[in-house]
Amino acid sequence: MVWEALLREGVRVIFGHPGGAILPTYDALAPYEAAGKIHHVLVRHEQCAAHMADGWARATGEVGVCIATSGPGATNLVTGLATAQMDSVPVVAITGQVPTNLLGTDAFQESDVVGVTAPVCKHNYLVTDVNELPLILKEAFYIAREGRPGVVLIDICKDVQNAEGWFRYDFEIDLPGFEPWPQVDMEAVRKAAELINKAERPLVLSGHGVQLAGVGRELLQMVEKAEIPVVTTLLGAGNIPESHPLSLGMGGMHGEAYANRAVQSCDVLIAMGMRFDDRITGRLDAFAKQAKIIHFEVDKAEVGKNVMPDVAVIGDLAETLPALLPLIEERRHQVWLQEIREWKKDTEQTDILNYEVDELIPPFVIRQLWHATHNAKNGPPIIVTDVGQHQMWECQYFTHDHPGQLITSGGLGTMGFALPAAIGAQMAHPDRLVWAVVGDGGFQMTMQELAVIKQEGDLPVKIAIINNGFLGMVRQWQQLFYEKRYVGTPVWSPDFVKLAEAYQIPALAVTKPEQVVPALEQALNTPGPFLIDFRVKEEVNVYPMVAPGAAVDQLIRRPKPAVMQGYSGVQPSW
Amino acid sequence: MKYTLIAWMRDKPGVLSRVAGMMRRRNFNIDSLQVGHSETPGISRMTFVVDGNERMVDQVIKQLRKLVDVTRVENISEQPIVAREMALIRVSTNAENRSEIVQMVNIYRGEIVDVALDSMIVQIVGSEERVASLIDLLDNFGIIEMVRTGPVAMARGQMEHKYRRSTAVWRAQANGRDATAAERFRTGGV
Ligand SMILES: Cc1ncc(C[n+]2csc(CCOP(=O)(O)OP(=O)(O)O)c2C)c(N)n1
Ligand SMILES: [Mg+2]
Repeated sequence: MVWEALLREGVRVIFGHPGGAILPTYDALAPYEAAGKIHHVLVRHEQCAAHMADGWARATGEVGVCIATSGPGATNLVTGLATAQMDSVPVVAITGQVPTNLLGTDAFQESDVVGVTAPVCKHNYLVTDVNELPLILKEAFYIAREGRPGVVLIDICKDVQNAEGWFRYDFEIDLPGFEPWPQVDMEAVRKAAELINKAERPLVLSGHGVQLAGVGRELLQMVEKAEIPVVTTLLGAGNIPESHPLSLGMGGMHGEAYANRAVQSCDVLIAMGMRFDDRITGRLDAFAKQAKIIHFEVDKAEVGKNVMPDVAVIGDLAETLPALLPLIEERRHQVWLQEIREWKKDTEQTDILNYEVDELIPPFVIRQLWHATHNAKNGPPIIVTDVGQHQMWECQYFTHDHPGQLITSGGLGTMGFALPAAIGAQMAHPDRLVWAVVGDGGFQMTMQELAVIKQEGDLPVKIAIINNGFLGMVRQWQQLFYEKRYVGTPVWSPDFVKLAEAYQIPALAVTKPEQVVPALEQALNTPGPFLIDFRVKEEVNVYPMVAPGAAVDQLIRRPKPAVMQGYSGVQPSW
Repeated sequence: MKYTLIAWMRDKPGVLSRVAGMMRRRNFNIDSLQVGHSETPGISRMTFVVDGNERMVDQVIKQLRKLVDVTRVENISEQPIVAREMALIRVSTNAENRSEIVQMVNIYRGEIVDVALDSMIVQIVGSEERVASLIDLLDNFGIIEMVRTGPVAMARGQMEHKYRRSTAVWRAQANGRDATAAERFRTGGV
């Protein structure tokens, strides 16, 4: 029944790890695998099954599916599920459970999976009756997909897996308590348009919701029509092309100073598909004080949770944004944009991009990665990052010109995400270029999944390890806020090149700036996977930075003196 | 300030822990929570009293509505309502004070539901104030044991009749008996 339902939901690939309590379901997969209808990817740790399903879902917009056994299998999933749920990614997880007659007896490999996962799921089910299974499967996919996407887990008792029952799938979903697409209030749209049309210093702050609703193009139309600059959240990267003059890139904790200043001095803030996370707002009571705030959001519970908007436009952005567009007047905001350009000039003077380097520093590596890949065949490259300094540098120095091009764990900030999520994304798009950009710390959390790259027939995933010998982001905090007491942050690593060799994956180590370009070329010209160990300078910090608890325009800027030494006033070749 | 909310939910296993878990996770303060059947089979009705400000209550309501099993939530704090609690109080007695206690209980329109030589059980149903005030009085004689519910509540006056399909229908549908022959086929296990 599980597989019949999955077929009807259009699922082609699932990620999982078998075990006793899920064995009947695995056994029933055999004919579907043999017929090439559903392919199972064996992971090396269940957390990565969830990350792969997550990567798949983010890269396709379809529901990703992962599967695990009871007890330890299911508890191993939790981190991956929480990661997907926090970032509104549609994932369905299927787990085996002990037989119904053993429920609650602390049976072998029993754990209360529904209880454990409830706080990190949109919804979850324990199935104790085979007759309910088809409807539950259909509901699960419906709930995961509709409205603000999320995670749904189905825990199936082993005797239910072995039972026989009638299968049907033509149910009408009847969930009176589930309102995925709230009715759009046109009056609110009109009010929003009125505010926007009157604004002298408008600003769009756009998030993941824009990608989930697939309205990047409409957003661009709107901001071009009324000349409104755009700041994005981490997950909103590429909502409008970052090379567009109206794009100010990412805001928040590691956003550029001019982006954060724009947020703090706009008169109308148009928040779209974002939830005012503390990493974007900084100190809440000092956030965008002078601005009227308009919040476009599909999840009612996000409205007024952190920031109380002046106008709330509740509903699907794919409905509200096209409704808003004709109401927006053509406007020019040259004074406002000129002001931002001045701030930007100030930033450029200290930007590491603007001086020549003789050491291997991460921003340089990322910039070269952009140069080497942004014109890739078969569509824009998908960059999957892990969590830490390298993640922030990727955001700052890679120019995302396409929505959905960056896949990263924003809400939960899960180290170990990059490699498995990149595998999931690559499985979804075998022809596209997929790069995992990952720290030496995070890579060691899930590097066992290199085996999956091989077992799945040399998936062409390219891996860039930004190897700085530290849990860099934490070290940075220790340096800035704990007087450089580096407790627990120096991290020893194996020789990643040899490690890759052990997995029969070609690899290179890079220690000097001039080796970067040839190494990237070699990686791109080698069919199949490739790993580059960038042994970068240690103890480099991510700037600018908003200290936790500070207002977003209270930034620690890039230190001037060191940078200015090499500043020639002209854009260097890189 | 205290707010009274009513939530209706599908009567499914674990729904109470879902609601309680969400409240705990989001750090909402529940003063009291009562669950029972509603007029619709398969739908339970919960009465909450939450302590907080307007913004928190707004979040409580929205987060409750997000739970898939919760079908409806209403804030009746601003409306005229009937809210009642119940308490059972075992109070120690002796020959001298027994009739005095009975008198008091009668004034409060309570009931004596059990009598022993040295104690009796008093039952009281009423507004929070009435229950509290009787308890205060009885405390002078020595309360041995007590159980008190939180309020259950209903809005006064006329109300639009909203009928919701019960989960009984849901289960019947799940059963697949009404499937057409073309869509039915047997699967060996899963
Ligand atoms: C699973 C998990 N554990 C701990 C953290 C806290 N944390 C955030 S960034 C970071 C450092 C990551 O180090 P590394 O992977 O080497 O990346 P770098 O910052 O050096 O680029 C840590 C430990 C986390 N985000 N996730
Ligand atoms: Mg590191």
